[in-house]
Amino acid sequence: MERRTLFQGWKLPVALVLPQLLLTFVFFLWPAGQAVWYSMTQQDPFGLGSVFVGLSNFRELFADPLYVHTILRTLVFCFAVSALAMTVALALALVANRELRGRAIYRTLLIWPYAVAPAMAAILWLFMLDPEIGLLGHPLVKAGLPWDYHVSGLDAQFLVVLASSWKQISYNFIFFLAGLQSIPQSVIEAARMDGARGWRRLRTIILPLLSPTMFFLLVVNLVYAAFDTFGTIWALTEGGPGKATETLVIKVYRDGMINQDIGGSSAQSVVLMLGVIAITAVQFRFMGRRTKT
Amino acid sequence: MKNRPDYVAHACLLLGVVLFALPVWLVFAGSTQDSNAIERGEISLMPHLGGLGIYPDVLLHGSMGSAPVWHMLMVSFGMAMAIAVGKIVISVLSAYAVVFFRFPFRRTAFWVIFITLMLPPEVRIIPTYAVMSQMHLINTFPGMTVPLIASATATLLFRQVFAAVPDELVEAARMDGAGPLRFLWDILLPVSAANIAALFVILFVYGWNQYLWPLLVATTPGLDTIVIGIVKMIGVETQTQWNAVMATAVLALLPPVVVVVAMQRWFIAGLTEGDK
Repeated sequence: MERRTLFQGWKLPVALVLPQLLLTFVFFLWPAGQAVWYSMTQQDPFGLGSVFVGLSNFRELFADPLYVHTILRTLVFCFAVSALAMTVALALALVANRELRGRAIYRTLLIWPYAVAPAMAAILWLFMLDPEIGLLGHPLVKAGLPWDYHVSGLDAQFLVVLASSWKQISYNFIFFLAGLQSIPQSVIEAARMDGARGWRRLRTIILPLLSPTMFFLLVVNLVYAAFDTFGTIWALTEGGPGKATETLVIKVYRDGMINQDIGGSSAQSVVLMLGVIAITAVQFRFMGRRTKT
Repeated sequence: MKNRPDYVAHACLLLGVVLFALPVWLVFAGSTQDSNAIERGEISLMPHLGGLGIYPDVLLHGSMGSAPVWHMLMVSFGMAMAIAVGKIVISVLSAYAVVFFRFPFRRTAFWVIFITLMLPPEVRIIPTYAVMSQMHLINTFPGMTVPLIASATATLLFRQVFAAVPDELVEAARMDGAGPLRFLWDILLPVSAANIAALFVILFVYGWNQYLWPLLVATTPGLDTIVIGIVKMIGVETQTQWNAVMATAVLALLPPVVVVVAMQRWFIAGLTEGDK
């Protein structure tokens, strides 16, 4: 990617990268550094100052079974959302890739939910499933079924997984469809000649060829479920009932902004940052995105 | 090859279409119905055309103490535009510098930008809030937008696009006496127009859909985005005017959906080519 023809001088290019660098320093690197610093301090009880406590916030964090539970809950939530959103999207993409009348219309009608805000997905599903006013929720309750996500943790978990994956299906669908369209027709034809049909053709030919797309989507979906679903969960349950739907980001927000535990919340932020760095590293390592300049 | 229509495929796709459309249709239908009936659990999928008057009502006056919906829509629109345009401008400039010049610390600059990929606002809530309040940016429009403008993804994308511009084009421009800025404006931007359009769609939706960030930095009702406003409305415990909430929800959904559908050709190309 090295280019032969270049423009001369260094003042102009430095001026051009400066705005981006400035924003990065002020709003990304500086706060991230502060997070690391706060995470190693503790506010004194009167809020007059803070003392350096080393790694004790982290030790406290991981000794707290509630935090460990939140990590596990977040992992389960992320994988549930990814699995649901990817399976439905793959099924839709497989049929949308066939020779059909009205393919373009179907595609339009299947991609628009990409534009729905995570918090809006929560609102939409609230009107579907609320036990008192929901289109489906109210009849369920009237029929005597015990459905109430305000009370039952399991119901709440089901609802946030549903609303979060619903919104992500479109994104996955777009990528699966693009992946399927890039499989040469001749490969499919050859498989057909060899007598591979239906499920077998899917399992032995199509899925292996789609595996780069799948891996990419898995990473994107996990990151989405971990970080972008704050709005969905906060609007629906605020992490409750109890802590049934509390993910790591919900906990950082609650501990930091509502309970004002700066040290503990910062330690959680640092843990999250390490998580994102690990995911990004894995993503770049396995997807071979060229990062050389 | 069979000539019979593929009924199974049509059925699956229709099911998918309904799965997506049903909740939105429900909210639209509900917005035209009587709030008390909804409260009693009598929501239906049939809109009452007589109830459409709720739309001008919420647009002009809001409901349940919220700001008028037109105002929240303007805040959301301003936020989405500022973020989309801001990100595109500073990313084009920095990618241009990195690709077409050699300057000291070029690699370092690139890596510093790259690091922002790893630090989304969700992972640094408290310290960013602290920095914002030291800079007196809490409850200001710049506070809602400027910190979200730095963008590694957009810079990476433009770097890729610019790197694919043939050397001959640069050579020819230089022969014609075009300076670096002239080249950027007259040649590079026009040839990247499709990428810019695609990125605009993605970033507009990103900006419109922000929730956590405005929740953190803007607490005055005057700066409520439509997404913030609607979540506040459903949090009201008593006397919820459900039809007004639903009308507001429809109005909140409409603009980003229209942008995605209207620009879907660029949007899909940009998403699948750029973000891989």
